[in-house]
Amino acid sequence: MFKIVERRELNSIEFEIFVEAPRIAQKAQAGQFVILRIDHNGERIPLTVVDTEPDKGLVRLIFQVIGKSTAALAKLQTGDSLSDLVGPLGKATEIENYGTVLLVGGGVGIAALFPIIKALKAVGNKVITILGAKNKELLILADECRKYSDELYLMTDDGTLGQKGLVTDAMKFVFAKEKIDTAWAVGPSPMMKFSTLAAKKAGVPIYVSLNPIMVDGTGMCGGCRVTVDKKIKFACVDGPEFLGAGVDWDDFSNRMKQYRDEEQIADTIYKGGMPNGKA
Amino acid sequence: MAKRSYTKTPMRELAPEIRNRSFSEVALGYSLEEGQLEASRCLQCKNAPCIQNCPVMIDIPGFIKHIEVGDLKSAHEVLSKYTNLPAICGRVCPQEKQCEMTCRLGRSKKFEPVAIGNLERLVADWACQQPIEMISNSKDKGKVAIIGSGPSGLTAAGDLAKLGYDVTIFEALHVPGGVLTYGIPEFRLPKKIVEKEIEIITAQGVTIETNVVVGKTITMEEIQAEFAACYLSVGAGAPNFMNLPGTSLNGVYSSSEYLTRINLMKAYDFPNYDTPVLTSKNVVVIGGGNVAMDAARSAKRLGAKNVAVIYRRSKEELPARKEEYEHSVEEGINYHWQTNPVEYINDGTGKLKAIKCVKIKLGEADESGRRRPIVIPNSEFIITADTAIEAIGQGANRVLLDTFPDLRLNRWGYIEANRETGETNIPGIFAGGDIVTGAATVILAMGAGKVAATQIDSYIQNQKVHV
Ligand SMILES: Cc1cc2nc3c(=O)[nH]c(=O)nc-3n(C[C@H](O)[C@H](O)[C@H](O)COP(=O)(O)OP(=O)(O)OC[C@H]3O[C@@H](n4cnc5c(N)ncnc54)[C@H](O)[C@@H]3O)c2cc1C
Ligand SMILES: Cc1cc2nc3c(=O)[nH]c(=O)nc-3n(C[C@H](O)[C@H](O)[C@H](O)COP(=O)(O)OP(=O)(O)OC[C@H]3O[C@@H](n4cnc5c(N)ncnc54)[C@H](O)[C@@H]3O)c2cc1C
Ligand code: SF4
Ligand code: FES
Repeated sequence: MFKIVERRELNSIEFEIFVEAPRIAQKAQAGQFVILRIDHNGERIPLTVVDTEPDKGLVRLIFQVIGKSTAALAKLQTGDSLSDLVGPLGKATEIENYGTVLLVGGGVGIAALFPIIKALKAVGNKVITILGAKNKELLILADECRKYSDELYLMTDDGTLGQKGLVTDAMKFVFAKEKIDTAWAVGPSPMMKFSTLAAKKAGVPIYVSLNPIMVDGTGMCGGCRVTVDKKIKFACVDGPEFLGAGVDWDDFSNRMKQYRDEEQIADTIYKGGMPNGKA
Repeated sequence: MAKRSYTKTPMRELAPEIRNRSFSEVALGYSLEEGQLEASRCLQCKNAPCIQNCPVMIDIPGFIKHIEVGDLKSAHEVLSKYTNLPAICGRVCPQEKQCEMTCRLGRSKKFEPVAIGNLERLVADWACQQPIEMISNSKDKGKVAIIGSGPSGLTAAGDLAKLGYDVTIFEALHVPGGVLTYGIPEFRLPKKIVEKEIEIITAQGVTIETNVVVGKTITMEEIQAEFAACYLSVGAGAPNFMNLPGTSLNGVYSSSEYLTRINLMKAYDFPNYDTPVLTSKNVVVIGGGNVAMDAARSAKRLGAKNVAVIYRRSKEELPARKEEYEHSVEEGINYHWQTNPVEYINDGTGKLKAIKCVKIKLGEADESGRRRPIVIPNSEFIITADTAIEAIGQGANRVLLDTFPDLRLNRWGYIEANRETGETNIPGIFAGGDIVTGAATVILAMGAGKVAATQIDSYIQNQKVHV
C-alpha cells in the first residue's frame, strides 16, 4: 500500500498528491512516469513523476480529472492509500547542456514539463519557458517554473493571465528573437502537434511527451503503440518522449479515442446515472 | 478387478452453449469415484515411460496408486515432491504430447492412455481445499532473488525455500503468476487456483514483492550486491505485430493486450472493474496457437456474434492443443484455413471495418519441416471485422535486458543460458523459462526453475567453501 501523505486541490479539476514510495523516489528522473491503481477493481493509470523527495521517500504527482479513475483519485484524502504504484517507467529525458532551450507546457502537461525544466536548468542551460492554459485558474505551477527559468511567458485562451493567445504564438515570438538549440512541448495532443509544426518552421528539434492509453507500462501489451518515423513504437518503453517531427499525429489522436464509449459508461455509472443500455 | 475400460474416464464439462457465454471453468474435474476408476486403469509399470517424458519427472504411477485406494493425502505428498503447481499443470500441460503420449496402456491396441492430467488435477484440487500449512524453513543458507513470478520463478522459489534459502521474488505487475495470471483465461485456469498455489509457495517462506520492475525500480547492480545469487525468469512478454497497413486502427489488438485486459484487469466484468475491452460483433483472430484459441474463445464469451480464426497453414498443422481446438469449434468459433491478412480497412472514423485477406497454398517443406506458405495470386477477399487480434507470437521482454548490457543474449534476443544448468555468462546469475527458450510451455518453464534451484544451491555452497 502506498500512503498519500499530502493532498492539495490546485483548482477545480487539478489535484496534487505526495505519495510514499521510497524506491521510486530514489530512482525517478525527469521524463519518467508511474502507474497506479487506486484499489482492487481499479484501472492502471499512468501519471508523470512531477518531483521527488528522496530523503522522505515521497513522489509528487499532479493529475487532472477526466474520467472515472481520476475522479476517484481526486476523492482520496491525506492518509488514504493507493493499492499499487509502480515505476519509474519509461525513458528519462536526455538532460545535457544544449545551450538555450525552449520548454512549452499546456494544461496539466505543465506538471510533466516541470521536472524537465528543473533538470535542464541544473546542468546550466539557458531556459526559456512558455506555459499555456484555458484561463488563470487552470494555469498551474507558474511560480515554480519561474524559479528555474531565465524567461517565462504565460498564455491564456481568455487573457485572464499573461497574454491572450496560444502557446504557439509565444513560440513564434521567441524563435524570432532568440536562437533555440532544442525544445520540448508537453500538453494536449493538438498543442504538441502545432508546437512541432512551429518548431519545424524555425528549424529547431522538438521533443514531445506522448501519453497514449496504457496497460502494463513495461512493453508487454503493445496497447500504447504509436507510429513514429513510420514505425511502431511502444510509448511506455521506447518513450514517452519522441522527436515531434516523426510522430504520426493523426494515428495518435485516433488511438486516444479507442475506449471513449466504454469510459463514458463507467463515468456515468460512477456519477450515479444509468449506463446507456450497453453495459 | 473389473476389466479396464478402453477409454479414459471422461471429465464432465459445461455445455458449449452455456460456457460460450461465461468465463466459468469449462472442465469440471473428477469426483473421487471417477478418479479411482481412472486410477485403476494404470498398469503401475516398472521403469514407467510416463515419468521419463515428464519435464519434472513426477512419480506418476506412485501418486496414481494412492488415488486408486482413495488416499488423496498420500497422493498429494508424492506430487508435492516434484511440482509446486499441480493444479495448474493438471489443467494446462500438454499431457497428450508428454506423459500420456508414452503411456504403456495407451500403446496397447484399442486403449486410450491413462488420463494422467485429469488425475493430477483431482489430487491438486483436493489439496487446494485443505487449510494452508505454514512451513518454517530455515532461511540461513543465503539470500536469493528471483525476477519474475511466472511458473519458472515460482518453481525455483519454492524449491530454494525448501532447501533453506531466504527467497524474494520481484514482480513487475500488481499480481504474481506471470502468464498464468495475465494470459491464460479464467475458463481454462481459474485465478482462484493460481492464487491458492501461489499462497502455498509463500507459506513456505517465499516473499513476493509486486510492483517492482527490476532494471527500473531496483537495478541489477543492487540485486547483485544484496543477494548471493539471482534467477532471471522474466518471460517472453513482448508482442509481435505483422506490421500490416492499418495496424493503428482502433479495434486492432495484440493478443497480449486483449488477454491482459480480460484476465489481469477483469475487463469481462466491466464496469464492475474499471478497465474496458472493446465488445464487438465480428472478431477475427490471426494465428493458430493456444494463444489464438484463448483470444477467440474470450471474444465469443464477451458476446461477439461471429468469431473466426485465420491461420495460414492447414488444420493438420495447427499448433494449438487438440482439446482447445475442439472446445473452440464446439463453442462456435469458425476457421479460415490457409489464409493470411494483408490489410486492415478503416471505416472512415479510425475504427476497423474489415480485413483484406489472401489465400495461401502450401509449397515444399522448409528446414523446419513445415510446408512453406505461398500466396495465391488474385485471391484477395474481405472479412468483415470490428476487432482483429494478432496472436502471432511474442519476443523477449526487454524491460530488464535493456538495463543489463553485460548479460549475453542470443541472436533472437533471448538470454543465452546453459540449458543443463541455467548459468548465464555472469557468475551467480541464472536464467530460465520463456526468456531463454522463447515462448514454450508452463511445464518446461517449471523444469528450468527446478534445475536452477539445484544449481543455485550448489553455486552458493561452493562459494562458501572457497571463501
Ligand atoms: C506516460 C503518461 C503520463 C501521464 N501523465 C499524466 C499526468 O502527469 N497528469 C495527468 O493528469 N495525466 C497524465 N496522463 C494521462 C492520464 O493517465 C489519464 O488522464 C488517465 O489515465 C485517465 O483516466 P480516467 O479513468 O480518469 O479516464 P478514462 O475514463 O480512462 O478516460 C476518459 C477519456 O480520456 C481519454 N484518455 C484515456 N487515457 C488517457 C491517457 N493516457 N491520456 C490522455 N487521455 C486519456 C480517453 O480517450 C477517454 O475519452 C499521463 C498518461 C501517460 C500515458
Ligand atoms: C495466452 C497464453 C496461453 C498459454 N497457454 C498455455 C497452455 O495451455 N499450456 C502451457 O503449457 N503453456 C501455455 N502458454 C505458455 C506458458 O504460459 C509460458 O510458457 C510460461 O508461462 C512461461 O513461464 P515463465 O515463468 O518463463 O514466464 P512468464 O509466465 O511470462 O512470467 C514472467 C513474469 O516476469 C515478470 N517480469 C518481466 N520483466 C520483469 C522485470 N524486469 N522485473 C520484474 N518482473 C518482471 C512478468 O511481469 C511476468 O509476470 C500460454 C501462453 C500464453 C501467452
Ligand atoms: S505409463 Fe501409463 S500405465 Fe504405465 S505407469 Fe505410466 S500412467 Fe500408468
Ligand atoms: S503499455 Fe503495454 S506495451 Fe506499453
